[in-house]
Amino acid sequence: MKISKAAAAAAVAVALSLTATACGGSKQDASSDGGASGGAKDKIVVGIKYDQPGMGLKTPDGKFTGFDVDVATYVAKELGYQPDQIEFKQAVSAERENLIANGDVKFIVATYSINDKRKEKVDFAGPYFLAHQDLLVRADDTSITKAEDLNKKKLCSVTGSTSAQNVKTKLAPEADLLEQGGYSECLTGLENKAVDALTTDNSILAGYAAQEKNKGKFKLVGLNLSNENYGIGLKKGDKELQTKINAALKKMVEDGSWQKAVDKNLGPANFKSEPAPQITEGS
Amino acid sequence: MFDFLDSGQYDVLGAFWVTVQLTLYSAVGSLIWGTVLVGMRVSPVPLLRGFGTAYVNLVRNTPLTLVVIGCSLGLSQTLGINLGGETFKETGFRLAVLGLIAYTGTFVCEALRSGINTVPVGQAEAARALGLSFFQVLTLIVLPQAFRAVVAPLTNVLIALTKNTTVAATIGVAEAALLMKEMLENEAQAVFAVFAVFALGFVLLTLPTGLLLGWVAKRVAVKR
Repeated sequence: MKISKAAAAAAVAVALSLTATACGGSKQDASSDGGASGGAKDKIVVGIKYDQPGMGLKTPDGKFTGFDVDVATYVAKELGYQPDQIEFKQAVSAERENLIANGDVKFIVATYSINDKRKEKVDFAGPYFLAHQDLLVRADDTSITKAEDLNKKKLCSVTGSTSAQNVKTKLAPEADLLEQGGYSECLTGLENKAVDALTTDNSILAGYAAQEKNKGKFKLVGLNLSNENYGIGLKKGDKELQTKINAALKKMVEDGSWQKAVDKNLGPANFKSEPAPQITEGS
Repeated sequence: MFDFLDSGQYDVLGAFWVTVQLTLYSAVGSLIWGTVLVGMRVSPVPLLRGFGTAYVNLVRNTPLTLVVIGCSLGLSQTLGINLGGETFKETGFRLAVLGLIAYTGTFVCEALRSGINTVPVGQAEAARALGLSFFQVLTLIVLPQAFRAVVAPLTNVLIALTKNTTVAATIGVAEAALLMKEMLENEAQAVFAVFAVFALGFVLLTLPTGLLLGWVAKRVAVKR
């Protein structure tokens, strides 16, 4: 009895110390990879979203798909990395600035809107995509045509997101706004008619509407409620990398890969894509 | 560094007030529900005992996030049970309180059950000998003594509950954690300052609770 207890305690202690070292180990690897300024040609660490179909999504079998992923792959190729040398790392919205500042990732392509507050901590390249806040409604719903219609409607968005704040402060303060942890939860409500519309950037909405299991169920209203210029986030002051990425983005647009990536990832949802935005950062 | 607090854009006090309200309603509710559960667990009726044990073991071991999201996605959005709330603000709050009560009640129950174990068997036997029914023995003799023994463990449950209210942010209740997410989205340049403000807020809520109830626990404990 005593021996088995001691053994169990030892096992727990070993397991704990293993997980602890595992965490420290992986972090160190990532930072050395990402921070090595491309000198060591082994791996490049890129931050993307894991939960946004159409933009950045990690599929259950461990693959990565989406427009952001395509852009990241193209840019990495221009920087001299083959697709198998790219290591994708999840960049949750609140952590993006710190991932870059700590050198955990080389750059971040994750529906990252350029704004002044963020520029205090990181630099951007791009923009590579112009998105607008928009609404997703059930395919047979015609009652919502403009933002003011929302004041009598039930609306869903993600906790703390810029879109949710826009609705509360500007677009429709009277709307009954439900803030959920993720867009998938909102889709459940939309399908069950618990909410009437789902709001965020049209790129993300299009990704959800284009998903195989959602085909034909939802549609985009097509309002341009805000302008979100997605940029590629990188370490503050790294002019060299910024210039290189801007050049890569320019080339991507010119050789048609950009349009191809938009059509492939967002096309199925009847998403009317605009031409690629002019590159404004770092010039 | 903390200039985002002066912008007037964020109602930090209001958000913490919602946290306090969530805590108070859930605390009262889970105290009642936990007492009912412990009554079941020590009752002579096998069916009630079985239900109490099954409920406590099931809910206590389910993550609170699952319980609360289950209330929102399952009860409200799929089954349409909104507990009488009209707007998402009302229903969200009520569903969160329901989830917190369902979860915290199990911990209150277990704390009380340990309290019942501190009451000498002779007390219950003497009460039975006087001809009191099970319900009378429990409510008049055993539980009053048990409660006095478990003030300190219940304080821990209350403090855990205060912190657990942050889970309500996942279903959109506008409490402190939700405001924190909003601030992190906007004030990315001051992530640690934002964290510090909310961490301090929770310390200010829980520390006095602990000190006050610790003092109460010493005062009311039954000296045996």
